Amino acid sequence: MSFIENIGRYILFLNRVFSKPERGKVFFAQIIKEIYKLGVNSVGIVVIISVFMGAVISLQTAYNLVNPLLPDYLVGYTTRESMILEFSSTIVGLILAGKVGSNIASEIGSMRVTEQIDALEIMGVNSASYLIFPKIIAAVFINPFLYVLSVFVGIMGGLLASYMADTVSITDFLYGVQFGLIPYYITYSLIKTLVFAFIITSVPSYYGYFVSGGALEVGKASTKAVVNSSILILLANLILTQILLK
Amino acid sequence: MIELKNINKSFGELDVLNDISIQFEAGKTNLIIGQSGSGKTVLLKSIIGLHEVDNGHIYYDDRDFTRMNFSEKKLIRKEMGMVFQGGALFDSLSVEENVRFPLDMFSEMSEDEKRERVLFCLDRVDIKKAHKLFPAEISGGMQKRVAIARAIALNPSYLFCDEPNSGLDPVTAIVIDKLIQEITKEYNMTTIINTHDMNSVMEIGEKILFINKGLKAWEGTSDMIFDTENKALNNFVFASNLFKKIKKEI
Ligand SMILES: Nc1ncnc2c1ncn2[C@@H]1O[C@H](COP(=O)(O)OP(=O)(O)OP(=O)(O)O)[C@@H](O)[C@H]1O
Ligand SMILES: [Mg+2]
Repeated sequence: MSFIENIGRYILFLNRVFSKPERGKVFFAQIIKEIYKLGVNSVGIVVIISVFMGAVISLQTAYNLVNPLLPDYLVGYTTRESMILEFSSTIVGLILAGKVGSNIASEIGSMRVTEQIDALEIMGVNSASYLIFPKIIAAVFINPFLYVLSVFVGIMGGLLASYMADTVSITDFLYGVQFGLIPYYITYSLIKTLVFAFIITSVPSYYGYFVSGGALEVGKASTKAVVNSSILILLANLILTQILLK
Repeated sequence: MIELKNINKSFGELDVLNDISIQFEAGKTNLIIGQSGSGKTVLLKSIIGLHEVDNGHIYYDDRDFTRMNFSEKKLIRKEMGMVFQGGALFDSLSVEENVRFPLDMFSEMSEDEKRERVLFCLDRVDIKKAHKLFPAEISGGMQKRVAIARAIALNPSYLFCDEPNSGLDPVTAIVIDKLIQEITKEYNMTTIINTHDMNSVMEIGEKILFINKGLKAWEGTSDMIFDTENKALNNFVFASNLFKKIKKEI
């Protein structure tokens, strides 16, 4: 299937996803379930990579500050800026594209090949909306919290590393963290996070939904889903940065 | 009653169904039989609208399904129950939740009524004990029972089963066949069953459509099947040594 055909089918698919849910109560219950599956279950991995990244950024900055004219608080400042601007939105987005994306594509894909999606359709349920709409809402709702969490634990990781490696003092580091904060950068990153959340859920759902064949094809779809949603995240990152930071 | 008139269905170059016409009656177990690849599943999926037919008409008690728009089709789907070839149970839901699903989605029942209906359906297929388990934790035969319970939850007028007893031992297979037949009679449903199992044909073949290479090759009842002159059907029926032997003895 060509690139253009895929885009067309993706748009038609989204049109089916965003139709009125069958039952408000069922829909709400699904959203709660998905928040748990997509959000709460990702807290662990987000915390781990953010702590390590924050730590590494602080050490790299400290060891590169050889010029005595540069103040020590730059370490805290750089760590915060890196986390806020790029790491906690884009890198976390890419990691979640791997974790959440493959999970969604294989879940929906195996429902397709075992005829569970047909079973929904024959009951008169709009399967695309029932299965995927709650996932998108859940991710768009929960990912900003993951972003904030990532920024916070990243800075903590930086602080901890500075303390343990004795690079800069805690006072300097914390001064840097509070120095010259531009609130708009947080807004910019939150917007990116929302767009990424949409990509991470809708693209893998699309690949899973249109699987045909068996377990092998589900595996392939899952790989494609992760690769393509990662590329889309990088592309969206570039475009949004140009639009929002110009 | 479900009536097919001149159904054609192809996938690209491949003609799968060719000009199929037949009536399936209410209160009877209607079977579609034929070799693997003959088009049974495609026919069944066309009848329920999972495949769009190229031309021809499908009538559900005189309502032309092929002419319905999306929302009309959706309404009539609430009168259908389907047991898929692999069961197609929702594997993230327990047995009980699977049967409850159509009730949550479409009925106006109270919680108590729903609970009662779920228990009734599970009891009807004799699997009440497993209600807390998940599909992965029960055997193939039990999955088929749960699939039947889910299909009848909303009291459908039309029941479709794609090879309901494939992969089951002969004893369980007959139990499942009989169960479907009993339920069909109890609720006067129009039931259509795909099968290539000759035991099913003999046990519950009240009306049989034999398709061969996408064509309607024969139509009749299980009593008539031994006397047929139809060569393709003869090959199908007497493929196994058991039935060859039976034929000799008759
Ligand atoms: N979605 C599809 N796209 C293209 N061809 C299809 C599709 N579904 C079925 N076919 C083709 O239609 C023909 C009939 O298939 P069908 O699944 O109806 O056979 P069947 O009689 O149900 O066989 P079995 O007893 O093995 O289940 C086969 O040649 C198959 O390759
Ligand atoms: Mg089949």
